[in-house]
Amino acid sequence: MQLIECPYCGPREEAEYHYGGQAHVAYPADTAALSDVEWAAFLFFRDNPKGPFAERWLHSSGCRRWFNAVRDTATHQMLAVYRLDQPKPVIS
Amino acid sequence: MSATFRLPKGGRVDHNATMSFTFNGEVYEGLRGDTLASALLANGVHQVTTSIKLGRPRGIMSAGAEDPNALVQVETPFPEPMLTATTVELSDGLVARGLPGQGKLADRPDPSRYDAVHTHCDLLIVGAGPAGLAAALTAARSGARVVLVDEQPEAGGSLLGISDEIDGAPALQWVAEAVAELGSLPDVTVLQRTTAFGYYDDGFVLALEKRTDHLGLDAPAHLSRQRIWRIRSRHVIVATGAHERPLVFPGNDKPGIMLAGSARTYLHRFGVVAGREVVVFTTDDSAYAAAIDLADAGATVRAVIDARQEVPAHWTAACADRGIEVRKGHVVTGTSGTSHVSRAHVAPYVGGALGTRDGIACDLLLVCGGWNPAVHLFSQARGKLRYDAGLGAFVPGAAIPAASVAGAATGEFTLRGALSGGAAVSVQALADLGLPATSPESLPGTPAAPVGCPTMVLWSVPEADPGAPCTRFVDLQRDATVSDILRATGAGLRSVEHVKRYTTIGTAHDQGKTSGVIASGIIAEALGADVAELGTTTFRPPYTPVGFAALAGRDRGTLHDPVRVTAIHDWHVLHGAEFEDVGQWKRPWYYPQDAEDIEQAVLRECAAVRDSVGMMDGSTLGKIDVRGADAGELLDRLYTNLMSSLKIGSARYGVMCGVDGMVIDDGTVIRVSDEHFLLTTTTGNAAKILDWMEEWVQTEWPELRVHLTSVTEQWATIPLVGPRSRDVLAAVAPDLDVSKEAFPFMSWRDATVAGIPARVARISFSGELAYEVNVSAWDGQAVWEALWAAGEPYGITAYGTETMHVLRAEKGYPIIGQETDATVTPQDLGMDWIISKKKLDFIGKRSFNRPENHRADRKQLVGLVPVDPTVLLPEGGQVVECSELPPPPVPMLGHVTSSYRSAALGRTFALAVVRSGRERIGQTLYVPIEDELVPVTVTDSVLFDKEGSRRDG
Amino acid sequence: MTTTTRAPGADLPDHPDFLWRNPDPKPSYDVVIVGGGGHGLATAYYLAKNHGITNIAVLEKGWLGGGNMARNTTIIRSNYLWDESSGIYEHSLKLWETMEEDLEYPILFSQRGVVNLAHSLQDVRDSMRRVNANKLNGIDAEWLDPQQVKEVCPIVNIDPDVRYPVHGATYQPRAGIAKHDYVAWGYARRANDMGVDIIQNCEVQGLDVVDGRIAAVRTNRGTIKAGKVALAAAGHSSVLAEMVGLRLPIQSHPLQALVSELLEPVHPTVVMSNAVHVYVSQAHKGELVMGAGIDSYNGYGQRGAFHIIERQMAAALELFPIFARAHLLRSWGGIVDTTPDASPIVGLTPIEGLYLNCGWGTGGFKATPGVGWCFAHTVANDSPHPYNAPFTLERFVSGALVDEHGAAAVAH
Repeated sequence: MQLIECPYCGPREEAEYHYGGQAHVAYPADTAALSDVEWAAFLFFRDNPKGPFAERWLHSSGCRRWFNAVRDTATHQMLAVYRLDQPKPVIS
Repeated sequence: MSATFRLPKGGRVDHNATMSFTFNGEVYEGLRGDTLASALLANGVHQVTTSIKLGRPRGIMSAGAEDPNALVQVETPFPEPMLTATTVELSDGLVARGLPGQGKLADRPDPSRYDAVHTHCDLLIVGAGPAGLAAALTAARSGARVVLVDEQPEAGGSLLGISDEIDGAPALQWVAEAVAELGSLPDVTVLQRTTAFGYYDDGFVLALEKRTDHLGLDAPAHLSRQRIWRIRSRHVIVATGAHERPLVFPGNDKPGIMLAGSARTYLHRFGVVAGREVVVFTTDDSAYAAAIDLADAGATVRAVIDARQEVPAHWTAACADRGIEVRKGHVVTGTSGTSHVSRAHVAPYVGGALGTRDGIACDLLLVCGGWNPAVHLFSQARGKLRYDAGLGAFVPGAAIPAASVAGAATGEFTLRGALSGGAAVSVQALADLGLPATSPESLPGTPAAPVGCPTMVLWSVPEADPGAPCTRFVDLQRDATVSDILRATGAGLRSVEHVKRYTTIGTAHDQGKTSGVIASGIIAEALGADVAELGTTTFRPPYTPVGFAALAGRDRGTLHDPVRVTAIHDWHVLHGAEFEDVGQWKRPWYYPQDAEDIEQAVLRECAAVRDSVGMMDGSTLGKIDVRGADAGELLDRLYTNLMSSLKIGSARYGVMCGVDGMVIDDGTVIRVSDEHFLLTTTTGNAAKILDWMEEWVQTEWPELRVHLTSVTEQWATIPLVGPRSRDVLAAVAPDLDVSKEAFPFMSWRDATVAGIPARVARISFSGELAYEVNVSAWDGQAVWEALWAAGEPYGITAYGTETMHVLRAEKGYPIIGQETDATVTPQDLGMDWIISKKKLDFIGKRSFNRPENHRADRKQLVGLVPVDPTVLLPEGGQVVECSELPPPPVPMLGHVTSSYRSAALGRTFALAVVRSGRERIGQTLYVPIEDELVPVTVTDSVLFDKEGSRRDG
Repeated sequence: MTTTTRAPGADLPDHPDFLWRNPDPKPSYDVVIVGGGGHGLATAYYLAKNHGITNIAVLEKGWLGGGNMARNTTIIRSNYLWDESSGIYEHSLKLWETMEEDLEYPILFSQRGVVNLAHSLQDVRDSMRRVNANKLNGIDAEWLDPQQVKEVCPIVNIDPDVRYPVHGATYQPRAGIAKHDYVAWGYARRANDMGVDIIQNCEVQGLDVVDGRIAAVRTNRGTIKAGKVALAAAGHSSVLAEMVGLRLPIQSHPLQALVSELLEPVHPTVVMSNAVHVYVSQAHKGELVMGAGIDSYNGYGQRGAFHIIERQMAAALELFPIFARAHLLRSWGGIVDTTPDASPIVGLTPIEGLYLNCGWGTGGFKATPGVGWCFAHTVANDSPHPYNAPFTLERFVSGALVDEHGAAAVAH
């Protein structure tokens, strides 16, 4: 079980969180203008890297706030957590 | 039977506390403080069982969890399969038997309790041997929060089994002082009988504490038998010691063959001399101590057979003092004896070749092939292992964050090294944590260890008689031999993982604690490869087996998942309701009267509602309070229809879709004020929909000024339904104008109902005139009872979910999750009318334009009426076009989603999703029931009061 | 005391004296299969056997059959809801029924049946829907009431007073379990016999595309030219596809499983429960084999979180109180490649000569022979087999999903 640092509450057990998949995938501004292929890309296609991955977490059993994290999917190591209004940190 | 191998005094056992136990049907006596294994050895019993494949006698080989042989089934106090005799603490009345292979589960429920505790600390130290105690003392003295776990009943680790001194006194005196000091410090927790079995991410370690097993039949029932400790530690020190490595030679599996260090443990900890005539076979200095100690305890040590050409001078001198012959450059090439070793065959071993053998009689053959550091936890934590060719063992490689290893677990086997190593890693860990580290002024004094000779890595002794069946056992529990490994490499296998699977080495209860590294060595020799490159198989949790019930803890029975009940639940119980599980909720399903079955009860409840008035408990509906200047805007984006235009005092039905355009939920929305809406969700989806809305608000539209609050539990909701509902409501809400004009369909009013402030909405899920009375949950039952009393003149009837389902189905109202799966759009449900044409976008809209959504043959919601009005279609029945079934696969058009007997229609009917369903209205299709095809007519989904005159009345 | 009795469960059949060569890679192959798991090996075998293509390399970055093939709970069944799914899984089940003779390898396929429990009224409806669909698709399927569940599996607790009582179950008698290593090695041995090169410790580091056509595979053991490349890398599919700029709707998650010690036989079938999150069988030697739920986050670490296991145990004891004093002996994690509709992707890609087989989630083992057969057909003919034709990458654009989340519920 990972220990995840909520930017609002501090470190809490993984069981308090819900996972939200890839971060920084914005809902398209004008969905009607998108081709079926472009729409499918938003709908179903997400990055799936082995290594650092910017992803969303919800502290669902805590403050119920969403935040972003960069986590290494190979080691499960949390490299950074940041609020939604903060830019994605540069991970060396 | 008297304990003939027990010394009159000494050891950690209580010589005055005799215990009786039964093993393999024989009654024996042991002492408090014994393990089952030590008690058996005290009685001269070595053989525990026979082996799984070959039926060979097998005995006690070690004194700990690594034992590959001594498997027992405990029968009393309670049946438990496959424990090692070396880890079962003796209790009075214990009954056990040896297991040749498979354990046996009890045929009755386990009466014991189990629980779990979370704890957090600065330093977790695993192992209370010299390294662990030194680490714990160092950390504890600095004020750190420390947890020390240790698998044995008392601290000391290896010190329990040796005779060394610390500070000029018996080492256990130092242990006792250390434990006393730790016990005196407030932030220190010492857990004995507690095995750390899993090391997970971010310093999370699982440990199993055996709290009452040692009490046997006297274990108090109110105490949890075992406890899982979930320990989150900022730093973990692994001080888990080492396991002695056996030697592989022909006939190495017989009872009476034991690890040398274990024989010392039996002597010093249990006061048991495991044999009278002893031969020691070693490739390492450490076994000499066993020879000396056993000789000093009165055993006859016939010889030390040392495979090395160089043997340690100080030990050979000590042997000479006691008349013990030391044969250097010799090995054991075989053994005699069937159920017990009776003779060791010994031959010179030079340059890989065996010389002429002779025999030495013995009843105890001690072996030592060096030591394997217990790196299991370090490896579980993703620590990389390094092969140490000198030790012939894998040791911790590069350090990993927030963890360190000390003592024998690093390959440091001296007492002095363990003490200094434990203190040093503790000091470093404290520094890393930013805690004040008080360096120990001086380490406890230990006698200087004379210089010895390096370990010889000898993976297996050559076969003296190549024609004989191979009895050079590598994994004794799996009956796997050197020749099995050679067969595997001969078959083309190059990976240790493949050889493990081919031979099953390392798959037994001990997970290869004694066999794994030896197997790697033999494979490497066979392939001409380097052990370092070959590696070893992965160490997976748990370190030692953990009971299922311990892991389940208290999350069983009613605590398995929360049970949610409404404010009116007691009334339902009192009135004989049968309940349905909907999510975590218990909902009244129907209320059987007298001897009614469900069918009779539901027909009665349905008729009562349609003819007069009924009421149900709708409190489980999810309710979400939406407030803020942009509340209407948010709802517009999430519902398919327009919500921002809703007038204060009005209600509107709405559907939500996923981004993929599939229906995910439905419910009603009321507007309380300009900036305040209240919406309902289906019972099962309440939490999901709140999460869904929150996700959009927080992650996509943070600019929206809106707040969401779950109020499901705050409101009790009572639908009052039927032509006489107006009369009933009027009776309890005299100040409310209930006239059609003043209080029309799809509107709501705040009112006083039965003297209680209430919000009453005119909405209907049945097609009847209906009011939904909402009050504070605290008042739920009072208002329910008031409505019940007011309805008495009209024969008011309580109804459950089943009747609700029938009534709504007669009206063609879908239930999300019953008429829909994740593949149904609002259009499929015939709800084109609920899809706003005005809004530029809402969640799901774009997906409606995908090619698949425009197919003419999509499945659509329709009604089905069986041609025979008495036939009830099975829910889940498939719909086909053909009147006779062709051979499979049979093309299917869809399936029956709901099917009921209708009191109002006087017949059976069903809802179904059917390909091109709406085009098929009027057609005859078929539903197979068993081997029969039942003809049905496709109809509109609305079968009752199409005009809606009753609802609007 | 000497006994000669062999304990029950001692007798697994021996593996043969020879399994496969360990060749160095040749400079060039007609077909290079990336992934030496069950799918890759079965594909190689059927390419050789059904299509006469034998100049094949199977590249495995670790040890053969060491990925999900070694980590799954070996449940084999075909009672899926949708026609598309039941088509390929039933094709697979039929191949399982003849595999032992075909491969001349004792794969220990035991058709002990699979029971899928229903715990709510909606579970019952969904189950009946699936049973009826299965029957019309020619798949053996039955509905069991709670008493019949007890007859098929006497240790299931059907007490109505438990938190989520058993309302009944679907039952597929032809379903069962097999021994996974034996399956992988059986395919590998026969493929090797027919000339396929199985190359282990060979990690693919790049895929060369020339003029829109696959040309070569770059590995830690050199560049290998390839007429065609077939990807069968399960959890690592996204990483490979990324090498040619191909994006997949795949997310890789940890999935854990565990075994107990060897126990005398108590559990004659396979029981699965979606609502209570249990699937359990008792394997040939007597160990209980159980799967846990999927960990929620993406992960390539082949490890999950322990609270998933604890939850799993609580659920298991609800259904099987007799398991209370069994012991967890070993737990492990695999990487499952999941898709949005819980159905696989098998077919062509926009790159000529590059073929894709992934997204099997928790269904990969049972599909091994079926997908091997169909993927071989796809590669050999540059055109999908009818059974995998619905499982295109394009369906995520058109919306023609095969949504096994919806009603089939248990996706294992």
